[in-house]
Amino acid sequence: MTAPQQQKLKVTGPVVVTANRLGDGAVVYRTGSGDWSTALAQAAVVDTAPAATALLAAAITDDIGAIGAYVAPVRFGADGRPEPGNLRERIRLGGPTIALPVAIGI
Amino acid sequence: MYLYDDFDRTLVAERVVEFRDQVRRRLSGELTEEEFKPLRLMNGIYLQLHAYMARIAIPYGTLSSEQLRMLAHVGRRYDRGYGHFTTRQNIQFNWIKLEDLPDAMADLARAGLHGMQTSGNCVRNLTTDQWAGVAAEEVEDPRIWAEILRQHCTMHPEFTFLPRKFKIALTASKHDRAAIKVHDIGLRLHRNGAGEVGFEVIVGGGLGRTPFIGKTIKPFLPKRDLVSYVEAILRVYNLAGRRDNIYKARIKILVHDLGADAFAKEVEAEWLPIKDGPLALDPAVIADIAARFRYPDYPRLEENPPELARLRKADRRFDAWLDNSVTNHKVTGHAIVTLSLKPEGGAPGDATSDQMDAIADLADRYSFGEIRVCHEQNLVLPHVAQRDLPALWRALDAIGVATPNVGLVSDIIACPGLDYCSLANTRAIPVAQELTRRFRDLELARDLGRLHINISGCINACGHHHVGHIGILGVEKNGEEFYQITLGGRADEKAEIGALLGPAVPYAQVADVVEDIVAAYVELRERPDESFVQTVKRLGVEPFKERVYASH
Amino acid sequence: MPLIKNGRLAEDRYVRLLDESPIPDGVAVIVPAARFLADADEILRRDGPTGVEWPNNRKVAELEPYLDRLAVVVLSFPNFKDGRGYSQARLLRERYGFLGELRAAGQILRDQFLFLARAGFDALEVAKPGDAEAFASALARYSVFYQDAGDDRAPALRRRLARMAAVTPREMVR
Repeated sequence: MTAPQQQKLKVTGPVVVTANRLGDGAVVYRTGSGDWSTALAQAAVVDTAPAATALLAAAITDDIGAIGAYVAPVRFGADGRPEPGNLRERIRLGGPTIALPVAIGI
Repeated sequence: MYLYDDFDRTLVAERVVEFRDQVRRRLSGELTEEEFKPLRLMNGIYLQLHAYMARIAIPYGTLSSEQLRMLAHVGRRYDRGYGHFTTRQNIQFNWIKLEDLPDAMADLARAGLHGMQTSGNCVRNLTTDQWAGVAAEEVEDPRIWAEILRQHCTMHPEFTFLPRKFKIALTASKHDRAAIKVHDIGLRLHRNGAGEVGFEVIVGGGLGRTPFIGKTIKPFLPKRDLVSYVEAILRVYNLAGRRDNIYKARIKILVHDLGADAFAKEVEAEWLPIKDGPLALDPAVIADIAARFRYPDYPRLEENPPELARLRKADRRFDAWLDNSVTNHKVTGHAIVTLSLKPEGGAPGDATSDQMDAIADLADRYSFGEIRVCHEQNLVLPHVAQRDLPALWRALDAIGVATPNVGLVSDIIACPGLDYCSLANTRAIPVAQELTRRFRDLELARDLGRLHINISGCINACGHHHVGHIGILGVEKNGEEFYQITLGGRADEKAEIGALLGPAVPYAQVADVVEDIVAAYVELRERPDESFVQTVKRLGVEPFKERVYASH
Repeated sequence: MPLIKNGRLAEDRYVRLLDESPIPDGVAVIVPAARFLADADEILRRDGPTGVEWPNNRKVAELEPYLDRLAVVVLSFPNFKDGRGYSQARLLRERYGFLGELRAAGQILRDQFLFLARAGFDALEVAKPGDAEAFASALARYSVFYQDAGDDRAPALRRRLARMAAVTPREMVR
């Protein structure tokens, strides 16, 4: 959970490239066809450092699509679909782990 | 309440125009993210985990009801219906879209609000005592000086690209409610032996990776010299602060490396040639700024009106709230009221747009239209007539901001943490929420007395954990959330960095450990009125460590 | 690198000396700091305007003895986030009274033009050709300035007082 942009690229399992959409900041994942999707299921999953580096490099130059791209771990769920690989990524995809204040309200 | 004139309004409006153009150039690709990022940061716009975050400045923590309503509107229109008040008296909106920001900024500008310099390597929001202007024992209102410095440091051509962020805090009371000793510059307005009012200048305080208590480099600076002296400090820092390593770039490192005396000499050398130039504060200039601070026309009222005593007897809850959340005002028959934004189970410092609107209405009715923001993440109504306290309390209670826990164990200060912030190692809010549940018993909380718990989700220390009586710092160990605990920190005039209790504990155990610490305090205190922090000072952390780690 | 001088795109008449080759006579030259300091008085006796390129991690006080003979001082912005050049510029203009051309070079974008002008720069080596056209509008972006700096723009505090002085008490609506 150290800010991933500060990590050296080291791939020990399946990873995706993730970022935030430029216009609205929404969490997005780099797809195999060179664009961005909010659905993790659409993300290109790679598992070697060279593949991750290439995917990341292409993502970074596309800073009109999304910004702050980095490599994030995933794991495969029982249904074979990728799931976030750590707490930070679970929170990014699923939102804060706490109820937002409007739910309490007046 | 400072009244903007057309100069102030024009500047903010021009900023909105500039920002709209910068966003346009970014969205069209004319600006890369690398070029745009420092520009958006100059308007307080961050990228967080889920979305952009906009930090809006609340200069020295003072808001008009009109401004609070505008914040409520922005929360509703452009965000998810709530905002978060921060440890620097600002407000943050967590779900703002970049494409909406020019319009949101334009709306805010109509109320004189902006995000200028709430981020970036420039002088940030100047903060002060939330009771400024109304505290009984204040020398004079520090906000006038905060405003003079705010203007001087806004879009300052020389100091817009400092080595790192720069934070200034002011106090004018013996009891420092603004934590000036842990700021880059701390200014203490006081009276010297000759009865003159001037500033003690303290530099190089700060938290984060390398916490330091600030050092006094000028025991007494005449008011006239405030701007030129601050200019000299900033110039020395701008030229000599480290730029090779962001973890060593704050002024506290420079002051520590040079030594306070050598640093003071460098400042003096920069200052002497400029002190009598255009930066010397003309009395007319000071008077002009001071004149635009409006104070209420307080009615003449009696102290302790009978309806207070009656309701105290009749209603234990009102009695508890009066004892806890209401403070003496310098004007007879009036009171300062603190609104707790720390309800049981709540996220510390959050307020919904509905709550903000309701508080704005109450401010109009009971506080001459003025609200303050505390760095402890609560709000204040600073000009309340004592006879209005019963009605005000009922209204505050109805909107959930009257929990009588101000300054107590459940009045927790926490950063947003990993639930929002991309810098975080761990979450902070759910830890705070669980602690408010464990300490929901208000009688117990009262018995424990003043007890500040501060939680930071990472070493950047936005929760000010170093200066918490109990400080909790989130660290990552093998992908799991762990928390380091410190005891005995203080942010006031007796400022101290807390001492490490022992090895970090996992997320699931933090609340248990804090309960054990509190139980140890109850056992170890000499008398019920020996405060937690006094007990720690007397005994050190060892006795606490024994008891806490014995059971874990 | 396009040069903006006094608000307009201009020809750069100065030759930048990059190595140890002899300084040509009768030509406008800019000399790197180390080379300049090694032989300053001699260099300044030459025929033709002389400038020096000064790094942002050296005190400009070292240039004081030469300022009345230098035509140009070039200050460096290796990264637009590195703001040391602004302090150096103000010191040169306001402390040491330098009257020659004060030029900013390096990574400077249009969003810094106004700050640079206010700090006392009158020439900019612009990083992006597109930004050169934007110079005039960049400077016109703001009409209110809070503080005194190295330029003549009247700060707000002084304009307020001037306005108050011009208005009789009856006309003040506050």
